[in-house]
Amino acid sequence: MFRKLTITAAVALGLSTGAALASGGESHIEDFAFSFEGPFGSYDQNQLQRGLKIYTEVCSACHGLQFVAFRTLGDEGGPHYSEDQVRAYASNFEVWDASLADGEGDFRAATPADKFPGSSLSNAPDLSLMAKARAGFHGPYGLGLNQLFKGMGGAEYIASLLHGYEEAPSCAPEDFDGYYNTVFAAGGYPDACKDENGEHMYPGSWIAMAPPLSGEDVDFDDEHSNELHHEVQDVAAFLMWAAEPKLVQRKDAGLTGVIFLTLLSVLLYLTNKRLWAPHKNGRKED
Amino acid sequence: MSGIPHDHYEPKTKGEKWVHSRLPIIGLIYDTLMIPTPKNLNWMWIWGIVLAFTLGLQIITGVVLVMHYTPHVDMAFASIEHIMRDVNGGHMIRYFHMNGASLFFVAVYAHIFRGLYYGSYKAPREITWIVGMLMYLVMMGTAFMGYVLPWGQMSFHGTAVITGLFGAIPFIGESIQTWLLGASAVGQPALNRFFSLHYLLPFILAGLTIVHIWAFHSTGNNNPTGVEVRRTSKEDAKKDTLPFWPYFVIKDLFALAVILVVFVAIVGFMPNYLGHPDNYIKANALATPAHIVPEWYFLPFYAILRAFTADVWAVQFVNWISFGIIDAKFFGVLAMFGAIAVMALAPWLDTSSVRSGRFRPMFKWWFALLAVDFMVLMWVGAQSTTFPYDWISLIAATYWFAYFLVILPLLGVIEKPTKAPATIEEDFNAHYGKSSGNPAE
Repeated sequence: MFRKLTITAAVALGLSTGAALASGGESHIEDFAFSFEGPFGSYDQNQLQRGLKIYTEVCSACHGLQFVAFRTLGDEGGPHYSEDQVRAYASNFEVWDASLADGEGDFRAATPADKFPGSSLSNAPDLSLMAKARAGFHGPYGLGLNQLFKGMGGAEYIASLLHGYEEAPSCAPEDFDGYYNTVFAAGGYPDACKDENGEHMYPGSWIAMAPPLSGEDVDFDDEHSNELHHEVQDVAAFLMWAAEPKLVQRKDAGLTGVIFLTLLSVLLYLTNKRLWAPHKNGRKED
Repeated sequence: MSGIPHDHYEPKTKGEKWVHSRLPIIGLIYDTLMIPTPKNLNWMWIWGIVLAFTLGLQIITGVVLVMHYTPHVDMAFASIEHIMRDVNGGHMIRYFHMNGASLFFVAVYAHIFRGLYYGSYKAPREITWIVGMLMYLVMMGTAFMGYVLPWGQMSFHGTAVITGLFGAIPFIGESIQTWLLGASAVGQPALNRFFSLHYLLPFILAGLTIVHIWAFHSTGNNNPTGVEVRRTSKEDAKKDTLPFWPYFVIKDLFALAVILVVFVAIVGFMPNYLGHPDNYIKANALATPAHIVPEWYFLPFYAILRAFTADVWAVQFVNWISFGIIDAKFFGVLAMFGAIAVMALAPWLDTSSVRSGRFRPMFKWWFALLAVDFMVLMWVGAQSTTFPYDWISLIAATYWFAYFLVILPLLGVIEKPTKAPATIEEDFNAHYGKSSGNPAE
């Protein structure tokens, strides 16, 4: 009886998690196949380099990456640029240095030890952790199955959002603020597009960000396709790396841990079996 | 220490005698480790070791995290990212600590429900049970305050909601809330004191652990039959028990290793699965998240808190007879704490003379329903408060109280228990003994 309950409990515990549903947006998120999914997944170095290029040429105009240090662009498992490349890349950015100009502070070219600048637009969120902060679609029914079995997370959300711009439905007023996006759930929504119960007639909402990518925005050094469908995945993968740069080390450590603990479990199982054997055969202890 | 007759420690060497006559610490350790333990304990008796391990894990990882953490509203969030990105192994230490809280609660819920099913709370183990409930409260307080420290959106707004509960207490509520937060709203004073308490409480928990173990070492362990170990003579006791070391230590360590395989897999492969993504956004008082959801381990009681809304007749009735002092919000707060209080009172609410649920045919089903009820509450606590979730949470919350306040007292009167084995030895031999079926000698 108790064993059955325990199993039920364990299964239910695994399923019922605290994360909220991202209301409305759930069904529109496409399940992209990223290389970093699953217990053995790792980042695709070329994809991260392409993503960085999109970030540099497009996103960084408004958004920042304030927690990401330039030097980490040289890390193994990440974009893995050479030291010289990292130094050259960092010098394209200007950072504020409070120690310059006799303590008054001044801008200077960034070095690998610096971090990316923050957002330059006040209403453009920092992107350092975006891929982890937007992983909250615990569908279906709040059970978290999509995340568990399909490996869906913030990278899927970002790619879907960047791919989710569409012509605004005709019910919306011409001058309604923002741009219609089928994935973005937290934006404004014109009353004219709600039915008599106040329910939204169209998915998504209106987002302040103009469509940043439309396809063929960036030319890649590796001559990879720059169609919109590819670009959004590349930049989403890069942002996933920016949010979780230690993903590969973490999975390696996890795998090592699982292997060693499994071995330990087997040894302890055999020890335990042998230890108890004399007592389980009905022989009395003296 | 134990009331079960057994061999006590005798210092043998000169050195041991020298220590023993000054401080009997070796004897204390010996008697604790060699305590006679019912030999029929099943796999639900392993959670204590898991809990002790997890407390150690949380303290060690926590102490290391504190070396790199900054309790300041402008720097806390960045210092967590510093740990995740720059500190050697910091991301693993932090993920272990984060998910360690979940392991802690998985284990404590299994441990508590084990006690509820096998009647471990009944005489003479009431103090063990009450101390355990205190430990559970300290754990919840510690987990709640720890969740505030990363200073993410859920940290901040979750704190505002939970401390707001104290504001629901009539007349003095707002003063208490201000006193708790050190200010009228969540801010630097709250972060500082929660950090201080988050560091302190685990050591109080460690102290309570000693009391908890002391208490059940005095009464002896319960076991799946609920039948007491024979204390008539050392020989009789020996037929029912085996010493904790090595038999149960090795058994428990095996179980712990298996659980850690799962735990390390979660930490390694999906460390953010159990957390809320909004906590990766820095706290912003001006942007309240659409849904404020506590961590999963608080959800059953959070569901009870939200279940009793102003349109429930019981709430309206209480509101009326208290001349409006107890409104729906305060009723919810009382219900939430009451849900734990009725559980703590189980030793006195359960009128059955039979300890183990194994020999209680009706109790079994009501208990199974309680376990399902707990899961339903956990799930519904994360949902919105609209139909049908409002009804589901109200029914589930009502059953929680009904189980402890109505079903447990009644079952003891109306239920006809089945026959328990006369001794632990008989039960053990029925499972593992010779095929002859005779009690061993």
